[in-house]
Amino acid sequence: MSATIEVRQLEKSFGSVRALDQLDLTLEPGEVHGFLGPNGSGKSTTIRILLGLLRADSGTARIFGRDPWDAVELHSRLAYVPGDVSLWPKITGGEAIDLLAGLRGGVDRTRRNQLLERFDLDPKKKTRSYSKGNRQKVALVAALASDVELLILDEPTSGLDPLMEREFQACIREVKAAGRTVLLSSHILAEVEALCDRVTIIRQGRTVQSGTLAELRHLRRTAVAVVSDGDATTVASIPGVHDVRSEEEKVHFTADDDALPAALAHLLPLGIRSLISTPPSLEELFLHQYGDGYTTSVVTGGRRAQ
Amino acid sequence: MNATAIAHQRNHRSSQRSAGSLTGTGHLFRFALRTDRVRIPVWALGIGGMVAYFGTVIPLAYPNQAALQTRASIMQDPSGALLTGPGYGINNYTFGAMVTNELLGMLAIAAALMSIFLVIRHTRAEEESGRAELVRAGVVGRRAPLAAALLTLLVANAAIGAALGAGLLSSDLVLADTLAVSAGMALVGLVFGGVAAVTAQLSEHARTASGMAGAALALAFLLRGVGDAQALGGSALSWFSPIAWAQQTRAFTDLRWWPLLLCVGLFAVLLVIAVLLIAHRDFGAGLVPARSGRGNASKSLIHPAGLLLRMERGSIIGWLIGLSIFALLTGSMGQGIVESFEAQPQLAAVFGQGAGGNVLRATLASFTAYFAMAVAVYAVVSVNRLRGEEADGRTGAILTTSVSRTRWLLSSLAVTVLGSTVMLLGIGLGLGVGAGISVADPGLAWEFALAGLVYLPLVMSFAGLAAVSYGVLSAGRWWVWVVLLASIIVGVYGPLLNLPEAVSNAEPFGLMPRAPAGELDPVPVAAAALIALLLTTAGVLSFRRRDLEAG
Repeated sequence: MSATIEVRQLEKSFGSVRALDQLDLTLEPGEVHGFLGPNGSGKSTTIRILLGLLRADSGTARIFGRDPWDAVELHSRLAYVPGDVSLWPKITGGEAIDLLAGLRGGVDRTRRNQLLERFDLDPKKKTRSYSKGNRQKVALVAALASDVELLILDEPTSGLDPLMEREFQACIREVKAAGRTVLLSSHILAEVEALCDRVTIIRQGRTVQSGTLAELRHLRRTAVAVVSDGDATTVASIPGVHDVRSEEEKVHFTADDDALPAALAHLLPLGIRSLISTPPSLEELFLHQYGDGYTTSVVTGGRRAQ
Repeated sequence: MNATAIAHQRNHRSSQRSAGSLTGTGHLFRFALRTDRVRIPVWALGIGGMVAYFGTVIPLAYPNQAALQTRASIMQDPSGALLTGPGYGINNYTFGAMVTNELLGMLAIAAALMSIFLVIRHTRAEEESGRAELVRAGVVGRRAPLAAALLTLLVANAAIGAALGAGLLSSDLVLADTLAVSAGMALVGLVFGGVAAVTAQLSEHARTASGMAGAALALAFLLRGVGDAQALGGSALSWFSPIAWAQQTRAFTDLRWWPLLLCVGLFAVLLVIAVLLIAHRDFGAGLVPARSGRGNASKSLIHPAGLLLRMERGSIIGWLIGLSIFALLTGSMGQGIVESFEAQPQLAAVFGQGAGGNVLRATLASFTAYFAMAVAVYAVVSVNRLRGEEADGRTGAILTTSVSRTRWLLSSLAVTVLGSTVMLLGIGLGLGVGAGISVADPGLAWEFALAGLVYLPLVMSFAGLAAVSYGVLSAGRWWVWVVLLASIIVGVYGPLLNLPEAVSNAEPFGLMPRAPAGELDPVPVAAAALIALLLTTAGVLSFRRRDLEAG
């Protein structure tokens, strides 16, 4: 089956500012794909090119196998939630939902009303009186109630409280179970970790890493904290073990994934009283990518409205 | 602690509190002046320049007393008074009296509009956008934003008043009366700035607040017009209008200052009301609560034109009502026009009509052209709204659904066509019904009902220009206004301006056939329709090629 989204060597500049610089991104059908990067790294610009709102300078972007520029008929197969939702004044939230979903080709009314309840949204209020979170809920409900194959979500939870964030995660799991594809741009790592099958990390308009969470973890070391009868600091002699330090009776170290069996074999005879091993969090992956000599060159994320 | 000490402390606290509510005014004031550093001088130069220009041109157009008296006879007619002023000094008409009677009313409306926009821009619009929240979270008192806006209002009105004064003095007018006219215009500006300061507290939304203040201005204009039409020098009704107070100084005829005190008094009252209202509302809230609406969209909303029409509906209705009332009032002058033209054939020439023929129909047809210019302004404003929609990200939201760019732009233009059509119909019907009543000829209503539609293709050509400027975007939109305003100025003041014939003849509104007075020549109408189509196509093509600004 061909990829739902395929981006190769994508480039885009705004004046002298280079927003995208050889960006690559692939989404297979049915996956929930995390799109990670700091502010201004080009996530929104990429998404806007995929939606046909901006035209790429060079490189290829394909969505459902076609060039998104001038292919508006593809839009009936996808739904988009921007990070900063602006709604029409003079209409209510319910009307805005029906409008957005209706222009995509139709709304599942039962599902819409369930979603309104789950997100605790009053559809009779005028959009002007909505907070940022409520405006975002409008766009989310409209997207989730649409019968589409692909959801493109650009930092969709930035205005939601933790309770609503949980509801959102439950919804995305249902979407995934229904076999739909999701592109989830975010810098909330816990969200990506909880939801995504694969992740693409970008920085300054360039893809720096892409793969499954397991594959990316491979690149990082597991953190281990051990309390033992014998002297655990001797584990430092095992190749692939790093950063050994002791703190009161606890010894901390990190180990490359392939060094882990040898390290554990070394510790076992010492009489382990407690052992905590932590898989690297996405946070660490992120810092690993951006931590060293990370310089920001902030472009205005695809010119978001102020 | 004894009683005096407590009282002292309380005084100290309350004085601290009242000072506190204005804390930061100075900073905000300087910031407001900075944001308006182009707008205010442009208004001042525009007003001063226009008056200086008239000071040069009117002696050329009305070279002797006889010509001036002809002009004055318009004022004797109730319909003339309705549109101009109370008519002081018409027995011995001078340029000065002309300024007070004919120009001051319009200048006062300009000052009022400038003031309404200024106050709303610096108060409610800031609050609605959320920017004021950031400001108020700083060391800034509750009343400081309003105080800063009002100080800016004073500066702006002082600036346009000074510019008007300079313009008048350059035409060799008397100092005292010049001061009265300039102060009158500036004070009317202040009063309506005060009205806006009150309406800004009433509604949560800047546009509603501007609308309410604008309605008050329209009412003031109507009261003055109807009042002045009832009697020479104005009737009791006139005195309910601040615009009348400025003209009641009788400047350049028999100057008196006290009517201006009414403006000062009303401004003070409005200030007190605004300040009291601020204390009774939460930040961001209005005093008029927002109602809840329907939970589901009707079918008519769920397509681009339906959405756009919904957004535009209020504004179309507003324009329609305003233009229809004006047209009705203008039409009702019919009998007066016929009489004065019969009595003084040279007057007909002022309106660009030759003597003889059907004077009434020809004059009403000229008025139709003037009203069509207003509809063209609406059309350009209507297309320009697309920019705001795009900048706010809403156009992006639409274009990521199954709606194409072509469909979006054409839907918008369809709404503009609809709005322009109902306005042109309202104008024709208003003129026809008004004139029909005035000369007891109901047939006129039917004759004129469709007359305005002759201008629809031309109006849509201007909409097409605006569409091109939207499609290209980076080229700006000022040039559309230059083309439209140049057409309007040449069209309205053409006979006064001594322009080369080639320029006068190129004015597009004058090129359209004068339905139903003359013969209905289809060529100019068809040409305008073709131009509208070409411009629309160019607009669509350019919009399809460019990046969207936000979304």
